[in-house]
Amino acid sequence: MSMFSILKHELIKTYFKWRTYIGFIAIAVLVPVVQTALKLEGGSVVKRMIRGLDQDFMLVGNFFNGYFVTQLIMNSLWVHVPFLISLVAGDQLAGEATGGTLRLLLIRPASRSKILFAKYITTLFYACTLVSFLALVSLGLGLALFGSGPLIVPSKTFTIIPASELIWRMSLAFGLASFCMWCVASLAFLFSSLVENAIGPIIGTMTVIIIFLIISSIPIDLFKDLRPYFFTSYLNVWQKALEDPIPWETIQSHLAIIGAHCIGFYSITWYIFVKKDILS
Amino acid sequence: MPPDIVLRTYNLGKRYKNRWAVKALSLEVQRGEVFGFLGPNGAGKSTTIRMLLSLVSPSDGHVELFGKELHSNRCAVLSRVGGLVERADFYQYLSARRNLEIISSLKGGLSRTAIERVLELVGLLQRADEKVKTYSHGMKQRLGIAQALLGEPELIILDEPTTGLDPQGIKEVRELIKGLSTERSMTTFLSSHLLSEIEQTATSMGIINMGELVIQGKVKELLDSGESTVKIVASPIMKAQELVRQQKFVKGLAVSNGVLEVNMPLGDVGTLNTLLVQAGIDVSSLVPRRSLEDYFLSITEGVTDIR
Repeated sequence: MSMFSILKHELIKTYFKWRTYIGFIAIAVLVPVVQTALKLEGGSVVKRMIRGLDQDFMLVGNFFNGYFVTQLIMNSLWVHVPFLISLVAGDQLAGEATGGTLRLLLIRPASRSKILFAKYITTLFYACTLVSFLALVSLGLGLALFGSGPLIVPSKTFTIIPASELIWRMSLAFGLASFCMWCVASLAFLFSSLVENAIGPIIGTMTVIIIFLIISSIPIDLFKDLRPYFFTSYLNVWQKALEDPIPWETIQSHLAIIGAHCIGFYSITWYIFVKKDILS
Repeated sequence: MPPDIVLRTYNLGKRYKNRWAVKALSLEVQRGEVFGFLGPNGAGKSTTIRMLLSLVSPSDGHVELFGKELHSNRCAVLSRVGGLVERADFYQYLSARRNLEIISSLKGGLSRTAIERVLELVGLLQRADEKVKTYSHGMKQRLGIAQALLGEPELIILDEPTTGLDPQGIKEVRELIKGLSTERSMTTFLSSHLLSEIEQTATSMGIINMGELVIQGKVKELLDSGESTVKIVASPIMKAQELVRQQKFVKGLAVSNGVLEVNMPLGDVGTLNTLLVQAGIDVSSLVPRRSLEDYFLSITEGVTDIR
């Protein structure tokens, strides 16, 4: 059984489905709306951000630019994009169970592991394409509407990254964001193996993410101690690409932890799936 | 295992919590035959079929296909098997052709011609490029049979393939199954809750009830063997009763609501009818019912869809 052929047909199944395009449509609608609103507001966000700073420093350049609005939009990677990813990732196994097509696949002479792997790769590919689409729309439209310029990054201190560095840094940020979304996709994929309806995995994934984010944001010592054990604590790794200097070691350790979560989630899914009685 | 046995189960069982859905099921299917697997709804037919196709793991016993144990030779043996489990479900948003291409990829990839051959066999070639969601139930069921036939398997396992079809559709499916056996020497394992369907299609049969195999054998032998109860409406009834009682082949006689109920071998029904007519008795109804049929009706009590 050719893995490539199975993978090709999994991609066809996913990308011929209307559900797959909900995420793309949401991004195609929301990003222009947000960017138009920012344009109409006339840069008050940046003005608020650098208030006081411009009294001590002479800030020269267009800070209200395409990179800046893209950075604002990237904050949707915490909750909104994971939701859109879980729509498709959560449907990969549960949707087939609901539709009765899982038994159509699993009575064939291809191993369950192979079928599962093809589905998982398709899920990861979808996460990548969705994040790439977000990058394309937000950067493309952002640069067209607001022009280029240096990026002002608010953190503990202000970092200003020159425009010349921003193409590769933004590419790196979106690349890291894709990897983070693999973790979300893997979790939704795991939930998808547990149930036989496509809503359950979406609710399950979002519940886990929102609970982890809430607990992480509450300044209680007990919760602070728990924070390193939540995968959501590492989903901000894309922001590291916009720090100066780039903390490569932190990025590496974050990626390793996210990667370990992906492998862990997938391994549990595999164990459940190969043992599962198909009763749908 | 003799080479002509393509499917054999040994003490096959499946337990869900404390309930055995299938228990100690041992059956054999020979090459080239149409094996009817008969049982009322909830008897364990679908669970058995799911175990035969490795969708469900047995709690007890095992399955052998082509002389090889299914669990440890899953891919090798399933490459020689086609199946349809319960409803024919497909990717509704894709065409029939695309659906079959997806299935074909899991069988190692089949040519376009192979896909078109099965579509033609079930009469769907003209509409192969239409989305499955536009298909009627009957067309989906035929597509279900087409996918089972992909790659020309040696054994096809069909779970109630005529469910929901109109009489013409049922006739077509039955003829198709019989043709596969006679023209292509394909072995068919066919489940149904309709005795008439098995009688018309299968060469061998097994009856399952409450998860246990009740009987197994050749259809003709099982249906024609043993005694039957013949219900006779005749006039005058007293004269008919006397005549019937005198016959040596009659094993029992009762009268209920003006109907004679005669327990006798099925082969002597014609003789009895001749004797009654020759004696000048007006026979307005003579209905033989085989003991197996009676038995099956008794276990399917409450199931009204018996044709």
